Amino acid sequence: MLENIDVTLINWSRAQFALTAMFHWLFVPLTLGLAFIIAFMETIYYKTGDLEWKRITKFWMKIFGINFAIGVATGLILEFEFGTNWSNYSWFVGDIFGAPLAIEGIMAFFLESTFVAVMFFGWGKVSKRFHLTATWLTAIGANLSALWILVANAWMQNPVGMKFNPETARNEMVNFWEVLLSNTAVNKFLHTATSGYVLAAVFVVGISCWFLLKKRHILFAKRSIIVASVFGIISSIMLMGTGDGSARDVAHTQPMKFAAMESLYEGQTQAPLIAIGLFGSSHDDPMHRGSEQDFLMKIEIPNMLSYMAFLKVDAFVPGIKDLVLGNEAQGIMSYKEKIRRGYEAQQTLKAFKAAKKKNPAEYERLLAKFNDQEWVDNYFKYFGYGNYYDPDPEQLELNAFKIVPPISLSFYAFHIMVGLGMHFLLLFVVVLWLTLRNKIENKRFILYTALWTIPLAYIASQAGWIVAEVGRQPWVIQDLMPTMTAVSKIDSSAVMITFWLFAVTFVALAIAEVRIMVKQITKGPKEGGNN
Amino acid sequence: MIKKVYMFYVDGFMNMSSWGRTMWIIILLKLFIMFAVFKLFFFRDTLKNKYTTDEERAQHVLEELITH
Repeated sequence: MLENIDVTLINWSRAQFALTAMFHWLFVPLTLGLAFIIAFMETIYYKTGDLEWKRITKFWMKIFGINFAIGVATGLILEFEFGTNWSNYSWFVGDIFGAPLAIEGIMAFFLESTFVAVMFFGWGKVSKRFHLTATWLTAIGANLSALWILVANAWMQNPVGMKFNPETARNEMVNFWEVLLSNTAVNKFLHTATSGYVLAAVFVVGISCWFLLKKRHILFAKRSIIVASVFGIISSIMLMGTGDGSARDVAHTQPMKFAAMESLYEGQTQAPLIAIGLFGSSHDDPMHRGSEQDFLMKIEIPNMLSYMAFLKVDAFVPGIKDLVLGNEAQGIMSYKEKIRRGYEAQQTLKAFKAAKKKNPAEYERLLAKFNDQEWVDNYFKYFGYGNYYDPDPEQLELNAFKIVPPISLSFYAFHIMVGLGMHFLLLFVVVLWLTLRNKIENKRFILYTALWTIPLAYIASQAGWIVAEVGRQPWVIQDLMPTMTAVSKIDSSAVMITFWLFAVTFVALAIAEVRIMVKQITKGPKEGGNN
Repeated sequence: MIKKVYMFYVDGFMNMSSWGRTMWIIILLKLFIMFAVFKLFFFRDTLKNKYTTDEERAQHVLEELITH
């Protein structure tokens, strides 16, 4: 029963994983985007032979190197945590996660490591063409290695292309292409990668504006702004497109996350999109929602949510209540029914395990169920819901409401991400326009805004992951495995200790990065750069 | 060819700037902390540590999946 669950262990394990993932994600997006910005800058140098472009390229390459070096291997800790804190989960997903992560490891090592070395050591030693090729391959390699880990994450949000083996308790990949090319995987990769491009563009624009504020390296700064803001505008448009695709995918595959992102309690047709909203007092209690006090204030765009989710203004968007209690008219199965079906699947697995040595005929009969697609689609699909089962109908309904993610965190993270995304696009347009008209140097307000937008880009990027990961709670693997089952039954004090160890290590690394980066930025590009 | 590649790396490391050296010190220190401290003392593989065969590991996870 749910009351027997060690919530302290689950919460510390989650906190530790969140801390590690968020720290890792401080470095990844800048690497993904800056690699391409550098490649474009070096391409201009290659085409024009203008040494100023070489200096610009080398400066940003140095910043790329610092970020790359501090960030490298921080993701390895996540893999340690899989084996120690999330051993049930690691076993359960085994083969599915193994393949993408192995490809990621090989790609990261061979592609990035080889060509990063040519990028840094190769100036003057290899031909200009070969050096440029290495820079492009570093950018492509970095993005390709991100692809595989994002494919693995997408599978957790929308598990496809696999079959559960009840004998080994593992999911086995049956269709690699379905895993790689699911809508969720494609949207996740494109949206996450383009968010990295936007962050990198904001970073380059912001630092360049700082040089303009200091009246140093004017030509360098203006040229950097032009490349970064053009890249930022294109990436922002792509980001909006991929974000739209992601939202539609979430509406189909994770409707509860979608409802939480918009804090939609009662489903409706012609559902409006809340552009800006501020919660009232009962915002995170899904059982006492649906009153006027839910929001202190909100500004809505009529019909927009229906259109965003289903490309029809009169489409029905299910709310939290519809998903938990069901909505027969709209053909939505209740969580209570999913819990019953999940429980049935768990009992079948239990009987299968018991029959293994005692009753061969029963064993074969139950094994056949796991191979029967109809049974899998109707029962095993809801396997994880079984953990919320209770024979008492009232308690079962209470448990069903526990399968709702934190609403306010999902809502605010989503709106902060979208709002800041709009701000970045506007900033790129304004900064590019002013630079091309040679007016940027005198616009101190814009220069300061660009500089202070750098931390906002990191906030938006982290907010995106909060939407993705908090919004899908309590699932580690959507509908199949809740967090409480995924976690290893180890001493929670051990998780607490490692949490604080990581916190100290990460803070030290972050301070080291910021100090080294600030020092190198303050120095500026090595030679010249002034008009 | 192999010698040329080897010399390329040797030359690169020998002529590295001071910030490059700092970064390598940080990378090596970080890897040491991760593998010699974190992995060795704090992050043992739970299932590998507790069970000797894959069958035992599978039985444990099956038990976890059906017990609540």
